[in-house]
Amino acid sequence: MFPFTLEKAGSTQVAIAAAASGARYIAGGTTLVDLMRDEVERPERLIDINRLPLGDIRVEGEDLIIGALARMAEVAADENVKRLQPLIAESLIEGASPQLRNMASMGGNLLQRVRCPYFRMLDAGCNKRTPGSGCAAIEGLNAGHAILGTSDHCVATHPSDVAVALVALDATMRVQGPQGERSFPVEELFRLPGDTPDLEHTLLPGELIVEIRVPSGPHARSARYLKVRDRASYEFALVSAAAVLAIEDGVIREARIAAGGVGTRPWRLRACEAALGGRKPDRQAFEEAAQLATEGVRPLHHNAFKVVLLPRTIVRALEMAGEVA
Amino acid sequence: MKMNVIGKPLTRVDGRSKVTGKARYAADFNQPGQLYAVLVSATVGLGRLTGIESADVEGMSGVVALITHRNAPKLAYLPHKAVIDPAVGERLHVLQDDSVRFYGQPVAIIVADSIDHAERAAAAMRITYDARQPIVDHADQQVARIVPGTGTADRSRGDADAAVAEAAVKVDEVYDIARENHNPMEPHATIAAWHGDRLTLWSKSQFLMNEQAEIAAVFGLPVDNVEVICPFIGGAFGTSLRTWPHVTLAALAARHVGRPVKLVLTRKQMFFTTGHRPRSLQRVALGATPDGKITGVIHEGTGETSRYEQFTEALTAVTDYLYSCPNVRTQYRLAQLDTATPNHMRGPGEASGIFALESAVDELSYKLGVDPIELRRRNEPQIDEAENKPFSSRSLIQCYGLGAERFGWVRRTPEPRSMRDGRLLIGMGTATATYPAFHAPSSARVRLLADGTAEVEAAASDMGPGTYTSMTQVAAEFLGLQPEQVRFGLGTTDYPPTPSHGGSWTMASVGSAIRAACLEVQSQATRQAIADAGSPVFEASMEALEWVDGRLRRRGDASPGLSYQDILAKTGNPIEVDGSAQRDPETAEKYSMHSFGAVFAEVSVDPDVGTIRVRRLVGAYGIGRVVNPLLARSQCTGGMIGGIGMALMERTVLDVRDGRPVNAHMADYLMPVNLDTPKLEALFVDEVDPHVNPLGVKGLGEIALVGTAPAIANAVFHATGKRVRTLPIKIEDVLTA
Repeated sequence: MFPFTLEKAGSTQVAIAAAASGARYIAGGTTLVDLMRDEVERPERLIDINRLPLGDIRVEGEDLIIGALARMAEVAADENVKRLQPLIAESLIEGASPQLRNMASMGGNLLQRVRCPYFRMLDAGCNKRTPGSGCAAIEGLNAGHAILGTSDHCVATHPSDVAVALVALDATMRVQGPQGERSFPVEELFRLPGDTPDLEHTLLPGELIVEIRVPSGPHARSARYLKVRDRASYEFALVSAAAVLAIEDGVIREARIAAGGVGTRPWRLRACEAALGGRKPDRQAFEEAAQLATEGVRPLHHNAFKVVLLPRTIVRALEMAGEVA
Repeated sequence: MKMNVIGKPLTRVDGRSKVTGKARYAADFNQPGQLYAVLVSATVGLGRLTGIESADVEGMSGVVALITHRNAPKLAYLPHKAVIDPAVGERLHVLQDDSVRFYGQPVAIIVADSIDHAERAAAAMRITYDARQPIVDHADQQVARIVPGTGTADRSRGDADAAVAEAAVKVDEVYDIARENHNPMEPHATIAAWHGDRLTLWSKSQFLMNEQAEIAAVFGLPVDNVEVICPFIGGAFGTSLRTWPHVTLAALAARHVGRPVKLVLTRKQMFFTTGHRPRSLQRVALGATPDGKITGVIHEGTGETSRYEQFTEALTAVTDYLYSCPNVRTQYRLAQLDTATPNHMRGPGEASGIFALESAVDELSYKLGVDPIELRRRNEPQIDEAENKPFSSRSLIQCYGLGAERFGWVRRTPEPRSMRDGRLLIGMGTATATYPAFHAPSSARVRLLADGTAEVEAAASDMGPGTYTSMTQVAAEFLGLQPEQVRFGLGTTDYPPTPSHGGSWTMASVGSAIRAACLEVQSQATRQAIADAGSPVFEASMEALEWVDGRLRRRGDASPGLSYQDILAKTGNPIEVDGSAQRDPETAEKYSMHSFGAVFAEVSVDPDVGTIRVRRLVGAYGIGRVVNPLLARSQCTGGMIGGIGMALMERTVLDVRDGRPVNAHMADYLMPVNLDTPKLEALFVDEVDPHVNPLGVKGLGEIALVGTAPAIANAVFHATGKRVRTLPIKIEDVLTA
């Protein structure tokens, strides 16, 4: 393995200053260390942020605040999370393995790199890893790749489960950086690959995710996450869907739907949501709405099945959400 | 025969050392002054090395040596083939020339003072190639199908083609099983240390005697100059049967630098040069009468192999003897590809072949409208019709009876898609398992000590079935001792030779040798007692004496008799015997010897999103005598888990552009996790087989995987009405159902 320096940050200011001068943040390390061992990532400086006081999970009013350093397992087991936003707990439990969930932080989860096998092989073309080297996946093995938001330069899916839930719930995030603090929707963290797939997120140099805020809503309890995969645990989604339904007097007042495993970022499906407003929550309404999810898909050689699986997964997730509504 | 220790559920004698970390695996035997080797693997699938930028790498911190074909010594590579080596072709010669035959072939070794320095240098290596397009797709129509240069590729009785053509009811389908890699938990590892021209290898191996002989042949050494040590194995499933190039490379590197060298393969490298279950393409055609008598069977199969060796396995063998049928034709071919040579993976050819055959039989049962178990009953042979010999024992129908009862087969409604649990589709399927009851010549040493305890030694292996424990039981049984009085040692070539630890023949072969040695020890103890003037049995005839629970007395005498301690007290010397055993050739000629079993699977399939989950498996097996029911159950559930992997998850995906495995990572090569392996039950029918060997054991490791995949596939059909003839069965395969 290549040499690098590891510093431990005692304060957020120190951490940000280090990052602003080129250090990479490391929290749980479940993505970064793995990639460093394969030399896909070669940071010269790491700044360990695990000591920063960013691990709290708390409630403000009815909003849920999740510190960026809270571990996936802690968040999934937290009573406030389970009470106020069970969708988040459910999506976390479906992610990774118990060992990884014990280590991985929420901020790191959002910033995890893609699972495309070619990204991890230095002897394969990958525009995300080595801009201009081509995309080996487009003409290669791509059963796990995206059908939405792809470009001619990159077709990798965003791998996070909880990001799908957060996007569906209109969560926002607070970041601090050399220029101060700002907040924005989690959905806006993720970029489409376009012709710069190496740029994955909208954080400015040195910016540190501090916390995630999940707003309250009447729908929060009638929300479910369905992850479809060949193995029952420790596998990334072939397709996943987060479905949130606010039902009043037997009619859908508001629906929120986001999908994972299909897009180059967590994929909010607003056309599907709009189609459900005012409808009765029945299978016909769900199926009609879900059909809108595949608009603009660009299937590859091996992942055309996702075009079939995506609407079906959405329908099932909506049914499941309807059952708890 | 009444048994006191054999048949008892003894817990593992090595369990404590395993869970406390005392058990030492190959990579744990660190040597003083040891250096670390890392392999550099080819990044093209076919071609030649044209350039190696070595100057920078050799100057890197901690690097002691860079070895490539340019500076590697020419190795002897004397002819040598063991039972597990392909009979046709020549093993890969490493670092002897500039050719690259497959993606991932080792092309250089870095030796450094730490693993980090070695890895860093390996990553900095810049190698250029003149690359050509490899052919790695078995289904590629350009790939020639050759007749294997060894074994019986084609067998035929009657006129199968005519019988199938004329049959009232037919099935004729093609089956495709993906390449799999063994993926044991423990990686391949070798530590090599030279003392002059003597070499010691601490090396993960299922076949120490062969590792010794193979490395001796590669380096042109006398066999006795090589010692191999491997007391524990963290799973192998066949991948450590052969001695792969990394063992040669560890020894080569150690000689090059004049210090001990440790080489541990990465998980990724375990997808390159340590064998794999070859992808197979098969056609099975069945013909039957309307009342379900099978009249014709055709089974044609092709396995993949490398360009440089012909790996063969028993892909079509079970079809010859499983069903009563006058017209059977089997054919076996090889497709030579630009890949490394495959090797045996648990249940080897039988597991692949039986998936095709038992899927086809299941399909036939639906066409006939006959219950799948009843169909098998109607076609149960009285003898092995291929060999025209009786079976030494065959309990298949009893297995179906026992398994069906435990499984609750009567609750199954025959129509596909007819069973539900809530919104989930439920499917129940069954399939036959079978595997030959092999036996190979083996030896073992038993040393009875003056304190009345015994030491037993054989150069065997224990990759997990519990060899330490079961052999202790065999020795205790035939010496009349308690298991605590027996210490069984394995895992070094200093011990008496044994065959490979594979093919489910370890108990049959090594156990029989231990039995023979124990009986001889007991006989010598008897003679010592008779010769001892102070003994109560002085000058008695052998026939007048008997051993009861480890004590010698006159027949019918109620006295406590003599213990071993009593007898050995006279001289104080131990009795040491090297015993050996092999199958009686006359018996072997007379009988067809196989294990049989029936596997039952229940699956659920989500009708919307296609998720397939195994809910439970029941396997009932006729395997002769069960030496230890705890170990046997563990063997079976492990094999079932392997079968779940074969059915629903495992496949090594190759990029046809350069032959690379794209999922050479445990996150991407799916194997069952705990949630995928719910209720697994193993049952054993009472089966006495007096012919296979004196212990009456038929072997268990392989058959436990065979039959699981077709049972699951048949259950998926029952659940969905969709017949999937490719393994693994994936969500996308049942989505359209």
